[in-house]
Amino acid sequence: MFYANNVTRYGRTLGVSGVLFLVLVGWVQAGDKKLVLTGSSTVAPLAAEIGKRFEKLNPGVQIDVQSGGSSRGVNDARVGLADIGLVSRDLKREEHDLKSYSIAYDGICIILHRSNPVQALTKEQIVGIYTGRLTNWKELGGMDRKITVVNKAEGRSTLELFLHYFGLSNSQIKAHVIVGDNEQDIKTVVGNPGAIAYVSIGTAEYDQGQNLPIKLLPMDGVAASSANVKNRSFPLMRVLNLVTKAQPVGMTKQFIEFARSETVYDLVKEQYFVPIAATK
Amino acid sequence: MTSSKSSTLYLSPPRSDLCLALGLRALAALGMALLLAIVVSLLLEAGNVFGEIGVLRLLTDTRWNPTEQGFGLAPMAVASIASSAGAVMLAGPIGVGAAVYCRFYCGPRQSQWFRQMLGMFAGIPSVVFGFWGLTTLVPLIANANPPGASLLAGTLVLSMMVLPTIALTSYAALEALPLNHLLAGHALGMRRGTIVIQIALVAARGGIAAGMLLALGRALGETMAMLMVSGNIVQVPTSVFDAVRSLAANIELEMAYATGTHRSALYACGMVLIAVVGLSTLLSHRLTEGARNA
Amino acid sequence: MLRRFNIYRVSELLYPLAALTFVIVFALLIGDLFSHGWAYLSWDFLTQEPSRSGRAGGILPVLVSTLMLLMVAMMVAVPVGLAAALLLSEASRKRTVLARSLGISIDILAGVPSIVYGLFGNAFFSVYLGLGFSILSGGLTLGCMVLPIFVRTVESGFLAVQDDWPQGAAALGLSKWSTLVHILLPAAAPAIAVGLVLGIGRALAETAALIYTSGYVDRMPSSWLDSGRALSVHIYDLSMNVPGGEPHAYASALVLILLLLAINGGAAWLTEHLLHQRIQRS
Repeated sequence: MFYANNVTRYGRTLGVSGVLFLVLVGWVQAGDKKLVLTGSSTVAPLAAEIGKRFEKLNPGVQIDVQSGGSSRGVNDARVGLADIGLVSRDLKREEHDLKSYSIAYDGICIILHRSNPVQALTKEQIVGIYTGRLTNWKELGGMDRKITVVNKAEGRSTLELFLHYFGLSNSQIKAHVIVGDNEQDIKTVVGNPGAIAYVSIGTAEYDQGQNLPIKLLPMDGVAASSANVKNRSFPLMRVLNLVTKAQPVGMTKQFIEFARSETVYDLVKEQYFVPIAATK
Repeated sequence: MTSSKSSTLYLSPPRSDLCLALGLRALAALGMALLLAIVVSLLLEAGNVFGEIGVLRLLTDTRWNPTEQGFGLAPMAVASIASSAGAVMLAGPIGVGAAVYCRFYCGPRQSQWFRQMLGMFAGIPSVVFGFWGLTTLVPLIANANPPGASLLAGTLVLSMMVLPTIALTSYAALEALPLNHLLAGHALGMRRGTIVIQIALVAARGGIAAGMLLALGRALGETMAMLMVSGNIVQVPTSVFDAVRSLAANIELEMAYATGTHRSALYACGMVLIAVVGLSTLLSHRLTEGARNA
Repeated sequence: MLRRFNIYRVSELLYPLAALTFVIVFALLIGDLFSHGWAYLSWDFLTQEPSRSGRAGGILPVLVSTLMLLMVAMMVAVPVGLAAALLLSEASRKRTVLARSLGISIDILAGVPSIVYGLFGNAFFSVYLGLGFSILSGGLTLGCMVLPIFVRTVESGFLAVQDDWPQGAAALGLSKWSTLVHILLPAAAPAIAVGLVLGIGRALAETAALIYTSGYVDRMPSSWLDSGRALSVHIYDLSMNVPGGEPHAYASALVLILLLLAINGGAAWLTEHLLHQRIQRS
């Protein structure tokens, strides 16, 4: 009997407090002004920070940023699931029904392990490595070690830009490891002195500054650095874009203008990208 | 339990019994509805594949290149099965051994601590395991045999992830054994080791098998960790040092931009995983027939 | 008595070895996390909002979102799981069609990849039911993932209860409800505790499914329909997506582990005291 009473007593207290908590916390917010942005996970952190600053300047507004990939950003913008899409490349020909607004620039460079004696690679050598023609570093004047080719997964904008620049198709590439994110590229190279990969310059510069054993190779004679992305001399660049279905109006317009304004250049630089006006 | 039709001593079941029966069935029906929704939606999404491409091609195509009409998922299926089975085979003995240790060989205090540790391990996100694998395990393997990101790395990381599941479920199974069985062994003069092997493990084999099955399911479905340490190259592995791509990792990598037939093919990957788990379950039920009611 | 090679004696050496292997693996991983993350753990870290994409500030909103997600997931998984486990354990003795199909569905679900749960959750909860990227959507999806684990574990517990106990209860005239509360649940309490631990562990460990359902927003959630970032997603973002996010990723992982300790301890305490384990197995 004592036992049954305890169970009911515990049960009752738990039940009541649970319901109270739910009611208090679960009060559904009436429709605030909200913008939804989805797309590239590269752009997402930047968009989220810009969104937070925008929210501070415009109280009552919510900017929700989700990830899911550039293609998702394009699709969601097109069907209206998102107000703005985040895309880490230029729009393709079949996507030109959408409007795009760039908010930052980024370069893509080849990285090697710091202990790799090779200092530079020509376009032909890179193509040779990635198509499997060259398989050992000693063929390039380096150490006797197998080359571990690191490629990005299909559908990533970095891959598409890389392929476009070197005139390759994905099926021509003979990779040993395929990665999903930037950091995975870098970690793979850090852990394997024979690896070669291509990553965003900003991220690579940062990690190099943190004393990770990587080095950025120059592309076509131009050193890989944010400075060279800024003055537009680095050959392999990509644009980070906000895309919308139609001409943006109202809050969407405000946000896009805000994201392209000078007030957020510091946020862009914090993410190790290059702000747009700086390249003019 | 009360036969309500024939007995002369007919006692009407208390109202709480009816409420309980209804409530249980309602909740279970809800559960079933949910499960049904999941299974049906998967079938619908994967359905296109069977119409347009046909199951045979999924198995016999030589490449996985959906944008260029290559739908051979056999290499990935092999990778998933090999890594998961390997993980369970590796973690199984260790997990069961640890559970036996906890239950029969160490004091109650240490046992409590140990299970706390297991519980902690069970909740560590897959991304943490993947990250550790990427930064510690893969370079180690790369030193021995590049590229490092390989079937071996995937299997090792998966076995770490399923170890707590096996250990905890085996512990629960061992703890639920009636003391009578064990005391009978003592009475017969068996030493502890003999009791464990001849009595405890045999009687608990149903629960232990259930745990292994859960572990297998978790290993097959693991996405993030495999993505980070197994190399993601679609090929049938000829050695443990080869990079492989598991079915789950494939779905994660390609779903973001897949459309139409490609999308259905990815869902078909999911269905293959489910089929593997279904088959293993059937197998394990056969093998432990009767153990469940011991 | 001649001493001869006795396999059972030898086997006794293997058990502590197995336990030791686990402890070594545990120490390797947790040690790695501690060495990298301990320096960044502080009261501020737990109570502030993230800034600079999570590289500065703290993780308070993420913690709150995670706890809310966990709550929804367990509120779905525990009642449904207990009911399903009870039905399954009873029915495996009777082998009804309902029970077999339930059992098969549970087994199927145990093998579904986490990413597929994410896609299903997105399609069903977020889009079809209109919940959008929300904690509710994420919690329900997590509940679906935890359900098979919980059911299987608890079912083993119920099955292990000797037949004569419910029969004795019936002989004493106890109603089914009383049998359940006073005998079955306490007898299966250790299995329920393990089920809770594994279920909560699974829920907190899940990353892929949550990215598509509860989302990426790291703001403090003000309702169940708000998008909220789970701790595991935060760790993923910081370690793989944000350059320079690693220190805080390690610190967040440590917080997760401490959270697990607290929750598991709570779950164990709860099962002990609510189920008043006064049952001596004999």
